[in-house]
Amino acid sequence: MSCAITGSGGSGAVTAGSMILEAAARAGHYGLMTRSAGPQIRGGESAAMLRFGPQQITCMGDSFGILAALDWGNFSRFAGEIPLTPATLILADPDAGQAPAELEPYRPQIHWIQLRELAASRAGGRFNMVAVGAIAAAAQLPLAAVLEAATATLSRKGAEVVAAAHECIRMGYQPPSAAGAQVDGLATTTSAPDTSVAAAPPQRWNISGNEAAGLGGLRGGVRFVAAYPITPATEILEWLAPRITRLGGSLLQAEDELASINMIIGSSFGGVPSMTATSGPGLSLMMEGLGLAVASETPVVVVNVMRGGPSTGIPTKSEQSDLNIALYGLHGDAPHLVLAALDIADCVLTLHWATQLAEQLQSVAIVLSDQLLGQSRAIIDPPDTPEFNLGRRLATPPEAGQEYQRYQLTAEGLSPMSRPGQPGLSYTADGLEHNQAGTPSSLADDHATQLAKRRDKLTGFAPGPLWAEITGSGELCLLTWGSSHGAVLEAAEHLTAQGRPTRVIGLRLIAPLQSQALRAALAGTQVWVVELNQDGQLYHYLRAAAVLPEGTKALARPGPLPLRPAEIIRAITQESAHDQC
Amino acid sequence: MTSVSAAHSAKDYKSEVKPVWCPGCGHFGVLAALTKAFAYLELPKDEVVTVSGIGCSSRIAAYLDGYGFHGVHGRALALAAGLKAARPELTLVVAGGDGDGFSIGGNHFLHACRRNMDMTYVVMDNEVYGMTKGQASPTTEPDWSHSKLTPRGTGVPRFQPAAIALAAGASFIARGFAGAPNELVRLLVRALEHPGFSMVQVLSPCQTYRPEQKAWKQAVHPVEEPAPADPSEAARLIQSDDGLALGVLYAQRLPVYQPRNRVEAELADLEAEFLLSTTPP
Ligand SMILES: Cc1ncc(C[n+]2csc(CCOP(=O)(O)OP(=O)(O)O)c2C)c(N)n1
Ligand code: SF4
Ligand SMILES: [Mg+2]
Repeated sequence: MSCAITGSGGSGAVTAGSMILEAAARAGHYGLMTRSAGPQIRGGESAAMLRFGPQQITCMGDSFGILAALDWGNFSRFAGEIPLTPATLILADPDAGQAPAELEPYRPQIHWIQLRELAASRAGGRFNMVAVGAIAAAAQLPLAAVLEAATATLSRKGAEVVAAAHECIRMGYQPPSAAGAQVDGLATTTSAPDTSVAAAPPQRWNISGNEAAGLGGLRGGVRFVAAYPITPATEILEWLAPRITRLGGSLLQAEDELASINMIIGSSFGGVPSMTATSGPGLSLMMEGLGLAVASETPVVVVNVMRGGPSTGIPTKSEQSDLNIALYGLHGDAPHLVLAALDIADCVLTLHWATQLAEQLQSVAIVLSDQLLGQSRAIIDPPDTPEFNLGRRLATPPEAGQEYQRYQLTAEGLSPMSRPGQPGLSYTADGLEHNQAGTPSSLADDHATQLAKRRDKLTGFAPGPLWAEITGSGELCLLTWGSSHGAVLEAAEHLTAQGRPTRVIGLRLIAPLQSQALRAALAGTQVWVVELNQDGQLYHYLRAAAVLPEGTKALARPGPLPLRPAEIIRAITQESAHDQC
Repeated sequence: MTSVSAAHSAKDYKSEVKPVWCPGCGHFGVLAALTKAFAYLELPKDEVVTVSGIGCSSRIAAYLDGYGFHGVHGRALALAAGLKAARPELTLVVAGGDGDGFSIGGNHFLHACRRNMDMTYVVMDNEVYGMTKGQASPTTEPDWSHSKLTPRGTGVPRFQPAAIALAAGASFIARGFAGAPNELVRLLVRALEHPGFSMVQVLSPCQTYRPEQKAWKQAVHPVEEPAPADPSEAARLIQSDDGLALGVLYAQRLPVYQPRNRVEAELADLEAEFLLSTTPP
């Protein structure tokens, strides 16, 4: 079941969407809600897009079963994001005026409902709550779950607001008069909708990708965060601010990203696992600092929530176009970790793992998320809590007559790190090339050995199975990363059902690349590399690493519109048909 | 963790790394004065951290024993803020040059002043970029024409470190001279003892690119004690001064910024917020 709710500023489209998501969750569904907003700072038009059902949901479908238009203000701005079909049920208020011209083909599907008039009949009534009732009825969500969701969402505003909302929801909760219409394959009926009492809500989480990233960092041990706000990463920092302090950690608001990256280098040098979150422009400013962390072997984690680029680009919308800067943005030979979260729940795991890896390997971890993950909410099963037991290896006092050497070459490839305050283990961390003792050195030999150590500690560790999510098998293999994973999985399911068994590989650890394992996973398949950027950044990276079988194809296009399953299937089947001619 | 052996002599705070500085460079005087101030205060050397940026002056981090971080150009104050937030019990000294602190790091300087975290910032001001071989810095006089980069001088008025620190909210502002070692040690001690952000601008002659700074020896003069605690009085003092007055120019107790958070919750408590059953109060 899927639905989109649109409205101009103040109409409450996103509130309505959140409530439907919460109601669906309470009715036992998994769900996903993405949102889209116009460029206005406040009060611009916005849209909430939802999908829910019995399985975990990690992408939007190809079209929407229900469109609820609270009004028509700037509706056309969302037309590209909300594909409709002849089966879409459109809910609209006659008092909001005529439907815009682009809805002409769908006119017979419009079900008119007096949202404003009904809301006005109740003191304090709000028409978006009438719409919630109407959407819930059309989507066959039980009334009790919707009322509970309203209580949970609005109780902060007081009992009267909740009571008014409940009454509006009840007024709206009527079966659409377009009786017999199909909504996402469900026959809508004229019989009274389900008003039974909801059971206790399932033990699931309602979480956004940005909250999940923050939580993953905390699970990984992060207890210091430096913060400079930037869309669409700010919510990570805002979620962390009041919470990290309760865990005994702290968050500093920095004057800019040059400061925030250096602040976390300082705190990490002090022994406290540290991270920051940013988006493209901020990541660009952090590059010199990241190089310092690499050279001085100070562990830090940077979450980059991607938006359309380059430059200020499209701040409020998604794109997967920062892979190149994450991989290649640092000057010098500066090996580091690059990871990408595959869906909202995976933000928890990926950040947790990335933090632990950075700590263990005394390395920089750049973790890529994007607006589509960060600012969307999902109903998920509570994520497992794996025990990585990695963490930082602390130096112990040297034996009598020996000197501690911070950058010592050791058999395992990692130089034990001390912490200021530890007697007898002092050193000066340095971005200048140095010898094993940490003394600045421009000798070729010191440069070669320290460079090699910093490379080998990353290429030499065994990441285990988490480097990728591998799903299914077949002669067709879709290789992808980041938020596109959801749409690719769904495309693969369809292709498999159509008789083209398809494997999906979602890369979680992008650098260091697990070339051997990846080659093995790709062997004997027709590979497509699927990603949301114009230039095929992952494709070119993998080509350079010579891991792609001959004949590999790229499906890459820029954002901000997310890849959809049908689009992926279309590209692959058309190309295959073409190959046969 | 105080080292009981505490042989608090200045040379215990000096590392074995040999400075790259030119003979006669003022920075030697700053290094010596800092080690004396540490010894005087009997600071446990493993609990003092020196953070610096890039420049001849910034090399000082490697020349002091104890912990240090020689970071990138201009960012020492930011790195130190993160370290101090994470480890409030450490004594922090941030050191660097006029280029490092007032040009590339100018924004961090402003915000370090107003943030007022407990650390001492020692700016070794030689009115030139020494390390890159003699270009004008923000504190260079506008008609100084000895750099190939600005053969007719910069034509731009000088940056006023003390006035700007005051305007930005610093709580301790002093000026010292590398050629007046005893006074400098006394100033550094006071700065280290001051709770909050203390800035010490040290006139530190560049023997190689500004040999005329030898004349500072005769030109410097002390300010009157005690230092003003009133910002408008301090502003008058600073604005009317020739830039060569030595001493504390302003000292005031201002709220020190230091997050200190106790563990009040477990991760599981935070995770419980995501559960559907949780109805916000
Ligand atoms: C990002 C960056 N830009 C430029 C440089 C080159 N650079 C190194 S030191 C320096 C100026 C140092 O001047 P100052 O801080 O006054 O120190 P001094 O050498 O005079 O003691 C510059 C521009 C650099 N290292 N990094
Ligand atoms: S160039 Fe100037 S500042 Fe640098 S070491 Fe030589 S004398 Fe000192
Ligand atoms: Mg200088």
